[in-house]
Amino acid sequence: MTLRGDLALISKLINANARVLDLGCGTGDLLANLQAEKNVNGYGLDKDPANIQVCLSKGVNVIEQDLDAGIANFADDNFDMVVMTDALQAVRDPRGLLREMLRIGEECVVTFPNFGHWRCRAQLGLKGHMPVSKHLPHNWHNTPNIHLCTTQDFERLCLEENFRIIQRRVVNTQYREHWSITLAPNLMASHAFYRLGRPL
Amino acid sequence: MGWREQMKSAAGSVGIVSPQRFQSVAPLVLQNGSVLDTYELVYETYGELNGEKSNALLICHALSGHHHAAGLHQEDDAKPGWWDACIGPGKAIDTDAFFVVSVNNLGGCHGSTGPRSVNPSTGKPYGPDFPNVVVKDWVNTQAALADHLGIEVFAAVVGGSLGGMQALQWSIDYPDRLRACVAIASAAKLSAQNIAFNEIARQAIASDQDFNEGRYFEADKNPDRGLGLARMIGHVTYLSDDGMGTKFGREVKSGDFDAGDDVEFQVESYLNYQGRAFTQYFDANTYLLMTKALDHFDPARETSGDLVSAFQRATCKYLILSFSTDWRFSAARSQEIVDALVRAKKNVASAVIESEHGHDSFLLPIARYTDALKTFLHQSLVNQQGGCE
Repeated sequence: MTLRGDLALISKLINANARVLDLGCGTGDLLANLQAEKNVNGYGLDKDPANIQVCLSKGVNVIEQDLDAGIANFADDNFDMVVMTDALQAVRDPRGLLREMLRIGEECVVTFPNFGHWRCRAQLGLKGHMPVSKHLPHNWHNTPNIHLCTTQDFERLCLEENFRIIQRRVVNTQYREHWSITLAPNLMASHAFYRLGRPL
Repeated sequence: MGWREQMKSAAGSVGIVSPQRFQSVAPLVLQNGSVLDTYELVYETYGELNGEKSNALLICHALSGHHHAAGLHQEDDAKPGWWDACIGPGKAIDTDAFFVVSVNNLGGCHGSTGPRSVNPSTGKPYGPDFPNVVVKDWVNTQAALADHLGIEVFAAVVGGSLGGMQALQWSIDYPDRLRACVAIASAAKLSAQNIAFNEIARQAIASDQDFNEGRYFEADKNPDRGLGLARMIGHVTYLSDDGMGTKFGREVKSGDFDAGDDVEFQVESYLNYQGRAFTQYFDANTYLLMTKALDHFDPARETSGDLVSAFQRATCKYLILSFSTDWRFSAARSQEIVDALVRAKKNVASAVIESEHGHDSFLLPIARYTDALKTFLHQSLVNQQGGCE
């Protein structure tokens, strides 16, 4: 099974036999891969019936749960890694959820589309309309993305919260890294991956 | 569309089935210490047991259930088995793939040894003297039946409501004898409100003049009013407000408001009918016994109240299903099971199925529900055979 680019990047960050919680696991591709390749004891949360059905067909441990209702039902330190791919911008309380992720897990991985990408800026700044792109395909009126941020915004939050940024990957729409992105991530990255740890 | 048409369309029926009997080979020591020297269980099977005996699936029934879960006893039966919506060729519990075993629990009133059976030490029916049985006892007797059928390991143990409790208990008491556990609209223990409803039902029966301390059969009577009332109370709690609104609304069965008559609403007529019908096929002592087993169930009691520890020994994978409008066994109760299983590091999947039919949803062919059940069961069979997609 070939993994979507972003999921392949995340998969590399996860150790064999780890205990993983995937928030907004979608159709369970990451977990199915981790179970098969790394013997990971993983669980995914999702609220979409169609996604849950696909997860069941893959034998993924999918649990029906709405992230906006919180994840207080999970015990402290219950997971090695809590993952959330491209859901941060769609949840009601991103800051609260990040705190929860690091309460439940030793570490977490968060990915999100970078709203600071030059295309977004150009669409808003030059063309005067809300950005629509591969990673942000919705229109302003039907978008589930209610908390969009830039990498700068995100890092400022991490600073405020004393989250440790263990690793950062900033990539283009093909989930590839490039020197130009490393040079000016907030302008050039269309997508960002952060591996966070608890405050030291 | 009647059920006959439904059965003809899409998935099929298991057809005509005949109950079978299992005679115990060893005395049974019950959880309360009493001993049954011998007992019988009546059961049905659907589908074929494969050569490796690896495709057996046990159905555990709920409060008023029995062994007749699917198909017909006779061609002209008015209704098929109680879970025919889910059991049959091509259905959620696919009899083309599984060998399904469905048993009437000990203490039941449909053929297995219970309050209506003759107590060998008195020569008279047990009645209220039939010992209290609990979920663990049922699981033990079901395991004895499995031995008799040559089934070492069930591919899955499946049940709704009180049946789900049995499936959970299976995973704890016989961790090596099942590969998958499905608990539908169930709970790890009853809430105070749930016990309260059971107690009202029991009091309805006990306060019937014909109850005679449970010895109604000696006077050739039956506590019809009390048992019917108990069923009516239960029935309301198995439905949702919205569901009842859709089904009955304020429709009037007889009488006329404008004429100043006493009117009978459809819902009254329906409930009265359900109550009366229930007394024709259910025994009051069994009802008391079953509700007490429900109240008693709490596997965490053996591990100082810690459900996570209770699940520690389990090895199977779990599917925990609940329904959005079920308030008798709410989605929150299922979530408690899921949370404990995650903490115990067990494989578990869960879904909360949208349905307006309350607790009774688990008996109905709701597409998302049957799809989830079928997929999970199929997946566990595929995995066990070492294959992959």
